[in-house]
Amino acid sequence: MCIFQYYLCFKGIVFRESLRFFYQRERFFSALVRPLVWLAIFAVGFRSFLGVSRPLGEPENWPYPVSLVPYELYIAAGLIAMIQLFNGMQSSLSMVYDREMGSMRTLLVSPFPRSFLLASKLVAGVSVSILQVFAFLTIALFWNIEPPLIGYLTVIPALFLSGMMLGALGMFLSSAIKQLENFAGVMNFVIFPMFFASSALYPLWKIRESSEILFYFCSYNPFTHAVELIRFSLYGQLNEKSLIFVLIFLLIFLMLAIYGYDPSKGIIAKKKV
Amino acid sequence: MNSSALTIKTLNHNFGNLRALDNVNITLNEGDYSILLGLNGAGKTTLFSLITRLYDNQTGSIEIFSNNIKKNPSKALANIGVVFQQPTVDLDLTVEQNLQYHASLHGMRKKLALDNALTELSRQNMEDILKKKIRELSGGQRRRVEIVRALMHNPKLLLLDEPTVGVDIESRKLIVKHVKSLCKEKKLAVLWATHLIDEVDQDGKLIVLHQGKVLANNLVKNILKKTKSKNVSNAFDYFTKN
Repeated sequence: MCIFQYYLCFKGIVFRESLRFFYQRERFFSALVRPLVWLAIFAVGFRSFLGVSRPLGEPENWPYPVSLVPYELYIAAGLIAMIQLFNGMQSSLSMVYDREMGSMRTLLVSPFPRSFLLASKLVAGVSVSILQVFAFLTIALFWNIEPPLIGYLTVIPALFLSGMMLGALGMFLSSAIKQLENFAGVMNFVIFPMFFASSALYPLWKIRESSEILFYFCSYNPFTHAVELIRFSLYGQLNEKSLIFVLIFLLIFLMLAIYGYDPSKGIIAKKKV
Repeated sequence: MNSSALTIKTLNHNFGNLRALDNVNITLNEGDYSILLGLNGAGKTTLFSLITRLYDNQTGSIEIFSNNIKKNPSKALANIGVVFQQPTVDLDLTVEQNLQYHASLHGMRKKLALDNALTELSRQNMEDILKKKIRELSGGQRRRVEIVRALMHNPKLLLLDEPTVGVDIESRKLIVKHVKSLCKEKKLAVLWATHLIDEVDQDGKLIVLHQGKVLANNLVKNILKKTKSKNVSNAFDYFTKN
């Protein structure tokens, strides 16, 4: 196989995901409704008594141009990461479904290396999630969520990396889940703890005031770093610590996903598919 | 002399304590039409999963046109076309989109893929369905599209895992006739897994797989002669009930 054939394969996988995305518009809208409910109801309800102010002595944790931001502006980055988290999990759900229904086999019996096929599928899923994020950001303008223009550009690489990390986690989980019914467990044991034990809804320094243990747990939560990477990049800034964390977790999850789908060593080899 | 399309030697596979395949040896040559006959749970799908490297074989070896599936999976898989037991076409996409997707998974250019798709569809008088969504097709047409898809990249070995399940009698006949013609015209080696005795071709080869073991592997006429059976059903009973 030459490089051009790799390109054709990659293009085919991305195109198919785009087509599925186009034909399953309900999926797109339902993915948008979730963060919009948080923004329009939860955040607006809390805004009157939950503004977030710059932490004292920690300027590196504050990307906003003003010292006090309304709550809905603060949680916008968390809701963007939430779109990607759910997209990553939805992709993995569809992979479990595809595997049960058989269409995943079509991909896996391709002569291209399995790691390449899985990475291509991941990139395709992330591309869809980035479109969802921009649709969300457009609607969020009605709630005065207006990052600087440059932020719309600088957020793209951050979205790509965080989307890849969360997608790779979902892919690994899909290799470990035996049946579709077990996916409910993922909601309880992965999505909710990741989302709530992060800086998506409240800043870490506020968590520390209440619980030191929870603070440390949140500090090492990969989702926290996806949120912070997005939050800073929306304002044209780079949170280096979060970037490093996201890259490390991306590598770990990707390796686990590739291991999970390895025909000789992975979890898939130990069960009937 | 025909070259070997598929060579399986001393293949074993376990799922936990369950032995799914037990010392399986099979050889298929170019142009061979072989039926893999076995009851549900005999190990047919497991065997197909190993040949297509959905997972690796634990012992023994599988070679496709002299390419070991574990050592050289890319070359081995490039020679295989597969129709899985469960439908694997995307219902929301058109026939063309499904076929183009498959072609891209084999690194094929769009133009070549379209040409091949039209050629294979026309062989089955189905050119008019190219722009139709899979959802709009009958069960038989969907299966035939899967066969077209399996042939898109001109494989030399075609694996069919119970391809006629859930298909009406007329479509079954068409599928059987088409695959046999491919065998003759393209010298395609075919391994057709089924539990339906009437799909066995009297002129072809028969492999009886039972509880993970190959109990017979020969031309149908030789098997009938050896077992002194009038038909395949009796011969199958001879092997599985003795």
